[in-house]
Amino acid sequence: MSTATTTRNADPLTAGQLPGYTTWVALAGSLLVAGMIDASLLGGFDPGTTAFLGAVIFLPVAYLVARVVQGRRAAADRLATNLVTGAFLLALLPLLSLLWETLSQGLPRFDVTLFTWSMRNVIGDGGGAAHALYGTLYVTGIATLISVPIGLMTAIYLVEYGRGALARGITFFVDVMTGIPSIVAGLFAYALMAIVFGPGTINGFAGSLALSVLMIPIVVRATEELLRIVPNELREASYALGVPKWRTITSVVLPTAVSGIVSGVILSIARIIGETAPLMIAAGFTNSINTNPFANPMMTLPVFVYDQYAHPGVDRIFYNERAWAGALTLIVLVMVLNLLGRFIANRFSPKTGR
Amino acid sequence: MSKRIEVTDLNCYYGTFKAVEDVTMTIQPRSVTAFIGPSGCGKSTFLRTLNRMHEVIPGAHVEGDVLLDGHNLYGNGVDPVNVRRQVGMVFQRPNPFPTMSIKDNVLAGYRLNAQRMKAREADELLERSLRGANLWEEVKNRLDRPGSGLSGGQQQRLCIARAIAMQPEVLLMDEPCSALDPISTLAVEDLVQELKETYTIVIVTHNMQQAARVSDETAFFNIAGTGAPGKLVEMGPTEKIFSTPDVQATEDYITGRFG
Repeated sequence: MSTATTTRNADPLTAGQLPGYTTWVALAGSLLVAGMIDASLLGGFDPGTTAFLGAVIFLPVAYLVARVVQGRRAAADRLATNLVTGAFLLALLPLLSLLWETLSQGLPRFDVTLFTWSMRNVIGDGGGAAHALYGTLYVTGIATLISVPIGLMTAIYLVEYGRGALARGITFFVDVMTGIPSIVAGLFAYALMAIVFGPGTINGFAGSLALSVLMIPIVVRATEELLRIVPNELREASYALGVPKWRTITSVVLPTAVSGIVSGVILSIARIIGETAPLMIAAGFTNSINTNPFANPMMTLPVFVYDQYAHPGVDRIFYNERAWAGALTLIVLVMVLNLLGRFIANRFSPKTGR
Repeated sequence: MSKRIEVTDLNCYYGTFKAVEDVTMTIQPRSVTAFIGPSGCGKSTFLRTLNRMHEVIPGAHVEGDVLLDGHNLYGNGVDPVNVRRQVGMVFQRPNPFPTMSIKDNVLAGYRLNAQRMKAREADELLERSLRGANLWEEVKNRLDRPGSGLSGGQQQRLCIARAIAMQPEVLLMDEPCSALDPISTLAVEDLVQELKETYTIVIVTHNMQQAARVSDETAFFNIAGTGAPGKLVEMGPTEKIFSTPDVQATEDYITGRFG
């Protein structure tokens, strides 16, 4: 001990060191102790309880070990690292669990039939979600066609032109729209269709309108952020070359921000593709493939999942299987959209090219 | 293709704040005019009024006349876009367009204005502009690479090439060397000397030696205090301003006795 003190005094730059495996040893030890307590005192071994108890033991143990050997600052660092890592693992848990559950339950019916058959005249086994897949693609596609131009132009107005009360008003209402409950968007679309085309007009287009109400504010927000981070110097450089403002926007500002805008749009599609409530009201239910978004109800994947689960026939298992397979399809769709967004963001982002 | 600029009784405002007051001066064609003065005295603001870039900032406006060979830039019906096509500008920080290659950056003035050009003409203009900016030898083998991959000094010369590709009458330079190392600065200064054969050049600089080296005429701007507008104190041939200025404040600033 005395030698250690003298060494420390002799060289103020050194501090106690812990070998790299300390954390793992401490973790393993904590889990072991937690497992034994769990098995003996709490009535039977359970992985969840053991993990929780292990973490509760591990955090102070790791802190104390580091405190004694390395000193106060290193110990605080160790504690913070462990807490942050723990929070990360905790956040990952439901995600992994959800993926696992959807995969294991959905894969049995994730087959060709799912994508080639509708539910027309299907009772019990067989059948598929082709009608819902068509519907989702139509409804989301039309919603995107409506929302992207409106959202993009609103954002351009807010960033490049908007001044004073009108711009502040639009920003405020975009914020309000972000918070609209989706069911209200559905009711809005339903009411609008009822006023324009007569009561009870339920079709794919009405669903698209409802989704647009939800999607426009997301697109505006995302695009606005991205346009604002385009350096003003680039706009000035363009003006100084005698380029008119509108052409500066289309040829300099938008290309500089395009990768972010495209991925923002794709993420907003991913965000609305799983909306259920507004589509139940505005687009309705059907068991048949409907390729005309302007007439008759149109099934969509989320509504399909809900329908299969909530209104099963006699052999419940087939309906549950189809519901899970539909949910899996949705997750795959969202994942593909996300990957596409990342790919496009990488592909079109300005390159430094050194 | 070089024009005289005559400024009379010019006031610049940011909203209600008067940034520059009562400037009257004549800028000679085919010469280099340097603006010197302490930070915040309105040199850059005034420079930006010469190609109507001042009004790009929300709330900014100008009173007075700026005549470009007798045509008032602030007259009725004048389109700022046409003004800027005749009066080019190089900024303090190099700002090549990040989405464009070196080639497209140089030709940006034409491409962005959707002017059609034969491939051979475009190549000629490209080479002429890059040679004009002393950059051709350094980039001729990588014209299709992004402009943002160049060094700071090269980027600034790329911006100069981009400005002179438009064949403006006047070239405004707002502290073009303040972000550059001495070697790149020298390259830009040499370039300014060559460019004044063809263009009217106005350069804002904080570097007194630079003003003395490159300019034919020097204008000294000063500010009475914070919140007060900047004013043109004195303008004259560079040798005179740097040896026997008429105003005491000019001498104090140039000799470094300024607070």
